[in-house]
Amino acid sequence: MPEAPIQHDLASLNSIAQTLRHRIIKTSHESGTPHLGSCLSCLDLLVFFYWQLVNIDPKNPTDPARDRFILSKGHAAPALFQVLAERGFFERSALDGYGENGSLFGEHPPTPNALPGIEAATGSLGHGLPMGLGMALASRISGTPYSVYAVLSDGECNEGSNWEAALLAAAQKVSNLTIAIDYNKWQATGRSNEVLGLAPLADKWRAFGWCVTEIDGHSFQEMADAVAKNSDDPRPKAIIANTVKGRGVSFMEDDNNWHYRIPTAEEVDLAAKELGIEP
Amino acid sequence: MRNAFAAEVTAMAAEDSKLVLLSGDIGNRLFDKLKGSCPDQFMNCGIAEANMMSVAAGMALSGLHPIVYTITPFTTTRCLEQIRVGVAYHNAPVVIVGTGSGLSYASLGPTHHSLEDFAIFRAIPNIRVLTPYDAPSLRTVLREAVGSGVPTYIRIGKKGEKDLVPQENAVGIGKTAVVRDGSDICILSVGTIGPEAIAAADALREDHGISAEVVLVNTVKPLDHALISSLSERFRALLTVEEHSTNGGFGEYVSAHLAQKDIHVPIVCLGTRDEFMHTVGSQNYAREYFHIDAGSIVTAAKDCLSRAAD
Repeated sequence: MPEAPIQHDLASLNSIAQTLRHRIIKTSHESGTPHLGSCLSCLDLLVFFYWQLVNIDPKNPTDPARDRFILSKGHAAPALFQVLAERGFFERSALDGYGENGSLFGEHPPTPNALPGIEAATGSLGHGLPMGLGMALASRISGTPYSVYAVLSDGECNEGSNWEAALLAAAQKVSNLTIAIDYNKWQATGRSNEVLGLAPLADKWRAFGWCVTEIDGHSFQEMADAVAKNSDDPRPKAIIANTVKGRGVSFMEDDNNWHYRIPTAEEVDLAAKELGIEP
Repeated sequence: MRNAFAAEVTAMAAEDSKLVLLSGDIGNRLFDKLKGSCPDQFMNCGIAEANMMSVAAGMALSGLHPIVYTITPFTTTRCLEQIRVGVAYHNAPVVIVGTGSGLSYASLGPTHHSLEDFAIFRAIPNIRVLTPYDAPSLRTVLREAVGSGVPTYIRIGKKGEKDLVPQENAVGIGKTAVVRDGSDICILSVGTIGPEAIAAADALREDHGISAEVVLVNTVKPLDHALISSLSERFRALLTVEEHSTNGGFGEYVSAHLAQKDIHVPIVCLGTRDEFMHTVGSQNYAREYFHIDAGSIVTAAKDCLSRAAD
């Protein structure tokens, strides 16, 4: 029997997400960092993982028993950096000088040694899931219980290494591994279902032996339900999160120009209004 | 060497619960003892080397001591990006073992040759390149590498390599073994080509009255700069030989050091030519084909010494 969904303070999650959306957009404008569409489509997933699910202590970021979270779609690092700062892994002021010469904060996450809270220096697609699988297997081998979570993009599923990992995770019955796929239907230069034959995406993961749930990737309630429903399933888990690229800002939503475009000062103000952020 | 590897890993696994051997669906029966004694410390990752390498990186970042094992091209060039990003960039202490290196699998064709690995790994930060030449040297460097905290690539042979240095005299990472003393020319032999170098030194002495020293090298990177400098002072000429391309090989590494230090000593660098070998044959045949066999070393050593005399 599925467990009753956990009761979440969804309003507070929404409020955190909107605040971070604004900071991401503002930072993009100030630093010239792209991939806004990708950041905004996965942000709600990041907020859910970091505020509701992942067992981590920002004051003890290398605790061997911590859960591991990997942003496999490393080009959404501008979103991850804001999440980690807000969660207390480092001061928000550390993000001053974002993207400037000598800064740790750019378009992709640095290595774990360079920045607390990072588990994998992603950016080259198709590495996060296989590395996360290694971490999940290490939990079992070392007898240290923890869970591993990774957020992938739909375009990232082009990379064959993910499917190699999917096969091994199923064969090894790696139950402490959960991925969420940010299925915003776009990749850098086209529709992700047209560039390669991605659809039916949920069926593919199901066929690879994973426990698959399809949800609205902007509904915290559906995320919570998906996790609660499958917590005892012995298989690796994939959450296919249907999302909107550029979510939260009307003129960015589902417009793939925002994979690379940098917002103007006026556009930052417009976005802030839409997000309900006081100037 | 691969039997020595399997036996040593089996013994090490019993002593080190963090050791995990990841295999790319090779070594049929080779690891039966390990699977029997430490079943949780062996994992067949299938014919999926890219994933296997990243899995190993993830394990290393989680405190385990993973060893990745398969045929050399598949544990190097096949998954090079996973090595560069997951292992080297993260400084994740994975031990990568390539079996059947160089021309060991001459009969299988260039898909199974590995003559580019030194060149590639030399340019990747953080990772050591080790070239044991016999079973004792393999046991010694393997024990040193696992648990050392340093990402390490170990290139080993296949089977049947004879011991060149007894186990009690085997030297560790970065140390060289002198197996023939000499005074005219120094032959620096990298990895499993050792027996050819030794045979060449013996022939030079017996047939040509040339005194050749043979130094067995088990570490290509980092290069022992002080050793190269001191050898250049002791000998009239240097010769390097390796089962690897001359392009980006150990010989070029040594030559670059000599040039940058303004050390003028005649040197000849033997390795494979810039071509794929389209014919098959034994490993000995392939060595002759590429002129890195004992007879070719003798000829090259004589030429180099006559240059030194000019």
